[in-house]
Amino acid sequence: MDWRTPRTGGIASLAAVILLLPLALPNNYWYEVAILIGLNAIVCVGLNLLIGYAGQISLGHAGFFGLGAYGSAILCTRYGWPPAAALAATTAGVGLLALVVGRPILRLKGHYLAMATLGMGIIISIVVVTEDQLTGGPDGMSVPAFSVLGLTLAGERAWYWVTGAVLLAAVWIALNLIDSPAGRALRALHGSEVGAGVSGIDAARAKLGVFVISAVFASVAGGMAAHYSGFITPAKASFFHSIELVTMVVFGGMASTFGAVLGAATLTLLPQLLTVLKEYEMVVFGAVMIATMVFLPRGCLPSLMQALARKAR
Amino acid sequence: MKAALLSVTALSRAFGGVMAVDQVSFDLEAGKVNSIIGPNGAGKTTLLNLLTGIYAPSTGQVAFDGADVTGLPPHRLAARGMARTFQNLQVFFNMSALENVMVGRHLRERAGWLPAMLRPAGLVAGERASREDAAELMRFVGLGDFVDAQADALPYGALKRLEIARALASKPRLLLLDEPAAGLNPTEARGISGLIRRLAESGVTVVLVEHNMRLVMGVSDHIVVLDYGRKLCEGTADVVRNDPRVIQAYLGTAVAA
Repeated sequence: MDWRTPRTGGIASLAAVILLLPLALPNNYWYEVAILIGLNAIVCVGLNLLIGYAGQISLGHAGFFGLGAYGSAILCTRYGWPPAAALAATTAGVGLLALVVGRPILRLKGHYLAMATLGMGIIISIVVVTEDQLTGGPDGMSVPAFSVLGLTLAGERAWYWVTGAVLLAAVWIALNLIDSPAGRALRALHGSEVGAGVSGIDAARAKLGVFVISAVFASVAGGMAAHYSGFITPAKASFFHSIELVTMVVFGGMASTFGAVLGAATLTLLPQLLTVLKEYEMVVFGAVMIATMVFLPRGCLPSLMQALARKAR
Repeated sequence: MKAALLSVTALSRAFGGVMAVDQVSFDLEAGKVNSIIGPNGAGKTTLLNLLTGIYAPSTGQVAFDGADVTGLPPHRLAARGMARTFQNLQVFFNMSALENVMVGRHLRERAGWLPAMLRPAGLVAGERASREDAAELMRFVGLGDFVDAQADALPYGALKRLEIARALASKPRLLLLDEPAAGLNPTEARGISGLIRRLAESGVTVVLVEHNMRLVMGVSDHIVVLDYGRKLCEGTADVVRNDPRVIQAYLGTAVAA
């Protein structure tokens, strides 16, 4: 087995980090940060398939995250569904919605696609806020703990391991997809849509497929976030959260699965570390973002790997 | 004449008020090297784009292997056995050279989304075969040295061959080459000429759009001449070379004193 490929060495490294990280986590607060990083990373790994590999933008993925969270919460609290069934049904529902919504809007390109996905995200966000009978409106709603077969998943440590395992699975799936006929089709239409077309690739179908997959990733992470924190507010479905997710993907490095994980980790961690700066927090955060894009234009991980490869030669 | 593989009837395409292709009709026989020539702006590339579904025609019909394929999108035509290359390269620069050729096999590796994500043993075996097949094709077009290279590291002449390898990977019955020798030095151009001959011998029908007359005259079984979007004449290299209308189109008429 070749340990230098992403599917072996990369996953092994990520697993090692997840296994060893608890040694460095002093208390529950830092466990919570780690779980938040994991959940954001799951969304970003999926979103990166759409943005980084297929070259299609979405400014509405927080909508899918929010729907995953609220779907699971509503089915559990209002209809008494068991959490596992609620999470599964919600995931399927969000996938179906992405299929229906994606068909017309993925015909659009570039800025127009950005506008359409933005509109989609805003509609979801408005529905979540105004349907207060179901969602609790702007105040949010509480969510029961996740349980399956009589076992309840509770506590920061248990959630840490579950989130870590799901993240590893998400990364494995993404790496498989990229290196498959379907994944090559996605990367090809990013490289040249005309070239992909004459090679027999149905661009509309390929885009729709990856849009649905990325929506499902976001929905699963959303459902997990809801059950973990026990409370969900519309902020998670907001436009601002969508932008945050795209920023993580671009910051970490487009078309790099581990870059997406790194981006999610850095941009989730940074605000926590910068709180010591009080009112200057956002200024420094912005400065770090600008500096990264100026000095590492391809995003953190691809630019660093390139620099390392050059040094090795 | 045997049954035509490609049959074009009164094909036209207007851009604004300009007829880029105007009432063009011809039949192309299977297994032959067919060239489309004409002065700059004659409508050659537009015609190729109409044949491969990049543009939809304004009027007229295209029949491929006896079936009407007018207005079908490129990926549907590819599924019927058409492949092409581009004058202004359409290489996937975000991928390796080998992966570019593997994309050309897309229609022959019917894997859905689920196997793509879960990577079962069957897919792994298929991928290995695909890789070997693509590497073999790269060697066939003379790119053996670039099998492990990234596409954006290839020189211009190699990129032209890479597009040919990608097109061949779909095992096409009709291969359309848009100016494969443009920008190549004479040695490279001779290499392309040999490659076209080998393709025709292997049973692929070739449509060649090319400015390099030495290449066209040497390799073509049949030549269609366009001028101002219209078909001027067609026939073998000898017929076309001696047709006064062709000479006039390329060199202009002697001005009467």
